Amino acid sequence: MRRIALSGGLLLALCWMAVGPFAISANAEATKGPQVSTRMLENGLEVVVIPDRRAPVVTHMIWYKVGAADEDPGKSGIAHFLEHLMFKGTRNTPAGEFSRKVAEIGGQENAFTTADNTALTAEGSPQALRMVMQYEADRMENLVLTENDIVTERDVILEERRQRVDSNPSAILSEAVDAALYDNHPYGIPVIGWEQEMAALSLADAVAFYDRWYTPNNAVLVVAGDVDAQEVFAMAEETYGKVKRRAEPGERIRPSEPDHLTPATISYSDKRVSEPTMRRTYLVPAYSTGKAGDGEALEILSSVLGGMQTSRISTALTVDDPIASSAGSWYNSNRDYGEFGVYVAPRPGEDLGEAERRLDAIIDDVIANGVTAEEVDLARNSIIKSAFFNRDSQTAMARLFGSVLSTGGVIEDVTMGPDRFREITVDDVNASRANGWTAGVP
Amino acid sequence: MTSIRLENHVAAPLWTLRLGFLLLAFALVFRAGPAAAVDIREVTSPGGITAWLVEDYSAPVITVAVAFQGGSSQDPQGREGMAELISALFDEGAGPYDSKMFQARIAKLGIELGYRDSRDQFTGVLRTLKEDSADAFEMMRLTLTELHFEDSAVERMKNAIIAGIERKRNSPSARAGEVLRETLFGTHPYGRPGDGTVDSISAITRGDLVAHFSRIFAKDNLKIGIVGAMSAEEAGAMLDKVFGNLPSTAKLDPVPDAKIAFGDTLSVEEDIPQSQIVFAYPGVKRENPEFFAAYIANHILGGGTFSSRLYDEIREKRGLAYSVNSSLATYDHAAFVSVSSATRSDRAPETVELMRGEIERFATDGPTQAELDAAKKYIIGSYAINNLDTSAKIASTLLAMQTENLGIDYIDRREELIGAVSLDEVRAIAKKLFSAKPTLIVVGPKSS
Repeated sequence: MRRIALSGGLLLALCWMAVGPFAISANAEATKGPQVSTRMLENGLEVVVIPDRRAPVVTHMIWYKVGAADEDPGKSGIAHFLEHLMFKGTRNTPAGEFSRKVAEIGGQENAFTTADNTALTAEGSPQALRMVMQYEADRMENLVLTENDIVTERDVILEERRQRVDSNPSAILSEAVDAALYDNHPYGIPVIGWEQEMAALSLADAVAFYDRWYTPNNAVLVVAGDVDAQEVFAMAEETYGKVKRRAEPGERIRPSEPDHLTPATISYSDKRVSEPTMRRTYLVPAYSTGKAGDGEALEILSSVLGGMQTSRISTALTVDDPIASSAGSWYNSNRDYGEFGVYVAPRPGEDLGEAERRLDAIIDDVIANGVTAEEVDLARNSIIKSAFFNRDSQTAMARLFGSVLSTGGVIEDVTMGPDRFREITVDDVNASRANGWTAGVP
Repeated sequence: MTSIRLENHVAAPLWTLRLGFLLLAFALVFRAGPAAAVDIREVTSPGGITAWLVEDYSAPVITVAVAFQGGSSQDPQGREGMAELISALFDEGAGPYDSKMFQARIAKLGIELGYRDSRDQFTGVLRTLKEDSADAFEMMRLTLTELHFEDSAVERMKNAIIAGIERKRNSPSARAGEVLRETLFGTHPYGRPGDGTVDSISAITRGDLVAHFSRIFAKDNLKIGIVGAMSAEEAGAMLDKVFGNLPSTAKLDPVPDAKIAFGDTLSVEEDIPQSQIVFAYPGVKRENPEFFAAYIANHILGGGTFSSRLYDEIREKRGLAYSVNSSLATYDHAAFVSVSSATRSDRAPETVELMRGEIERFATDGPTQAELDAAKKYIIGSYAINNLDTSAKIASTLLAMQTENLGIDYIDRREELIGAVSLDEVRAIAKKLFSAKPTLIVVGPKSS
C-alpha cells in the first residue's frame, strides 16, 4: 500500500523530551534547581547565566524573539533566510571571519529558526567567551548584505528545502497537515517557507526583517557553563551593552484561530512510501495560553495515553494484540497554541482503517472513563526524572531557558517545572480531556 | 511536526547530515582534544572486572556505559540483522519480569537503559539517580544474563525492524549509504546490511538469538566506563554484581581486514528531487601512525562545520547545496573517506565536477600552513565540547579510549600528538588518499 493518510481535525507536533519543557529534579532535596542569575541591560537585552563548572566549556546563545510566525504575508521563509544571512559579514568583520575565529578555538557554531524564535549559538572555551560576545554583538547591529549574498544563499535554502521536505514524504505530509490545522494562525506556514515565496525573497526583505526585529530589546542572551555570573554580566555590558536599541518591535500579536467545527482529513500518496501511517492532531492550549496546570496535565495525559512503551496505545496496538509496528501520542506546546497528536503505523499487511478504529476505541475509553492515579504517578515520575537527566547537558539547559524566555515565559516556568508537575492530580489530567483534543474525534 | 521545526531548520549542523551508515562508527571513533580536568581511574573489582571511572558528585547521577566487541559484523550469513534484533530485545523481558513488567519497572524507576549495535560492537548505557542505583544495576544485570527472547516479543521486534527497513527505502541519503556499503565492501561482513533484510530477519529463530547472544556477551570483550556519584569501592561491588556472571570468553568469528577496491562509478536511478552524490576514497585506520595527519586533512577538505574547502566552494560561493562534507570513517577492519553532497538534479553534474576538482587540487597542493594551524586549533580545542561537557559524553569517551587502545593518559597526550603533525605529513597523506581514483555514486533521476 503506497499511501499515507492523515486525518483529524487538527494537527501535530512533538516530543518535548529532547529539551523537556521543564527540566529538573527528581526529588526536591537531592536536586535543587539550577542556579540561574539574570540581568537586564539598559538597552533592553536580557542576560541569563547558568553556571555549570564541571568541564571547561561554555555555551553562548543569543535568542531573538522573532520566528517564522512573525513574517509578513507573502514573505514566508524570511526569518530562516535571515538566520542564514547572519553568517555573512558586518561593517567591521569580513564574511567568514567570525566562523573562522570560532573554529580556531575549537568552538562550534549553530543556529536555528522556529515559528516563535531564532537562535544563534556557539560553544567553546570560557577564554573565548568575550570574543564570541564581541562578534555576536557586532552582527546584532552591523550586518552588511550584498545582492550576491542573497542570490547564493537563497539557492542554499532552496536546496535545504529540497533536502528536508521534498526528499521526505513524511515532511511533505506534515506541511500539508500544518496548513490544514491552522485556519488563520501562521503556524500553518512552514518555517522554511513555501518554495515559490522563498525564491522571491529579496535583499530588501532581509534588511527590513533585520531592522525590525534584531535589536537588543528583542533578544535574550543565555550563557551556560564554566563561568561566573558577575563576570558574564560585566562582559555583556562591555559588548552587547554598546549596541543601540535599533527598533521597538512591540508585542507580537498574531492572527488567532476561529473555532474549529470541521474536522479535516489530509491524504497524501507517494510512490516512495511503502508503509502507510496515520497521524491526527488536535489543537489544544499551550503552556502559556491555558490556565495554570493545563500544559502539565496535557503532557501527562499524552504520556499515559501513548508517550511511553507501557502506555495504553503502545500496549494495546503493538503488544497485546499487535496491529501496528509503532503507535503513540504526543503533546507539544508552542507560544500560541499547543498540539496534541496520536499516530499509528500498521504492521505490513494490516489495515490502516482498522488500526485507526482501534486507536479511536482507546481514545473513546479514556474520554469515557479517564485515566488512573497510578498511571498518572508513573508518567509524572518518568517526566520529572527524564527532565532531571537533561540537566547533565549545559547546552540542553541553555536551550530550555532560551526557548522559554524568548516565547514570553519567565525563569520560574523552568525552575518551578517539577513542582508544577508534582501538583497535578489525576482529576486535573482527566479534566484536560475536555481541553479541546476530544473535539476533533469523529 | 513543530519541534522538528526547531531541529530541522538549523542553518548548517552538517554533522547531523552525514550518511547514517557512517555515523555509528564515526560517533565513537574520533574524538580529539585538549587536556582537561577529567580524572580517570582504572578500577578492578574483587572479581577481576576492570572499568574506567570518573567520579563526579556534582549531581546525584550515575552513568554506566558498556561496549562488547562484536556488532553486526558477527551476524551469521543469512541471519543479517541479528545484532539489530538483539538490541531491540533488551527491554522485552528478563529475569522475573516479562516484557510489560520489565518496561513498567524501568518507567517506575525512571532510569534510562538502552543498547545499540554498530558494525564492530554493541554498546549499552544506563543512567540512574544514585538513590535508584541498586535497582538500576539489577535491571542491567538481568539484561546481560537473563534475557527472555519471548516469542511474542521477538515477533514484534522483527516486525518493527522490517518496518524500519521499508521506511529506510524512502530516504535518498540512506539509499546512497546502502549503495556505498555494497560497492565498497561487497561480500565482506561490512558489506552486508546491518539491519538485515526482510528474509534474513524473518529467518532468525529464538534458538539463533540465544546462541548468538551467548557467543558475544562475555567478559573478555567487554569495556566499561563509569561516570558519576560513585566511589571506586562502590564501582567494584557494582561490577561484580552486574557483570560477574558473564562467561569469561566471547567466541567471535574472525573478521578479515576489508580489501576495498576504489574506482567504480555507479549511477542509481531514483525519481527523487535531489541527487545524492558520494565519493569514496581510501582512509586511514585509527591505530595507524598517520591517523591524525589523515584526520586533519579530512577536516580541512570537508570536515569543518562552517569552514572547509568544500563548504566554501560548493555552498558558500555557489549555493549549490545545503550540505557538503567529508568524513573519515574508521572501523576495526576498514577505513575510508566519504565526501558527500545533495543538490538539485540539473546541477548535479556541475557539482560532481566541482567537488572532484577541489579534491584533486587538495591532493596535488595539500593544505596551506594557515589551514593546518587553524585545523589543529579546532581539533584540539573542540575536544572538551565533543567529549567532556556531559557525563554521558565522558562515559562514551571512556569506552572509545579503551576500545581504541588509546591509553588512560590519552586526553593528556592528545594535544601533543596533534601538535606534532607536520605540514609535510598532511600533504603526503592528502596526496596518498586523494590521488586514488575514487568510487563515485550518484543517486538521482536519470537526467543527472
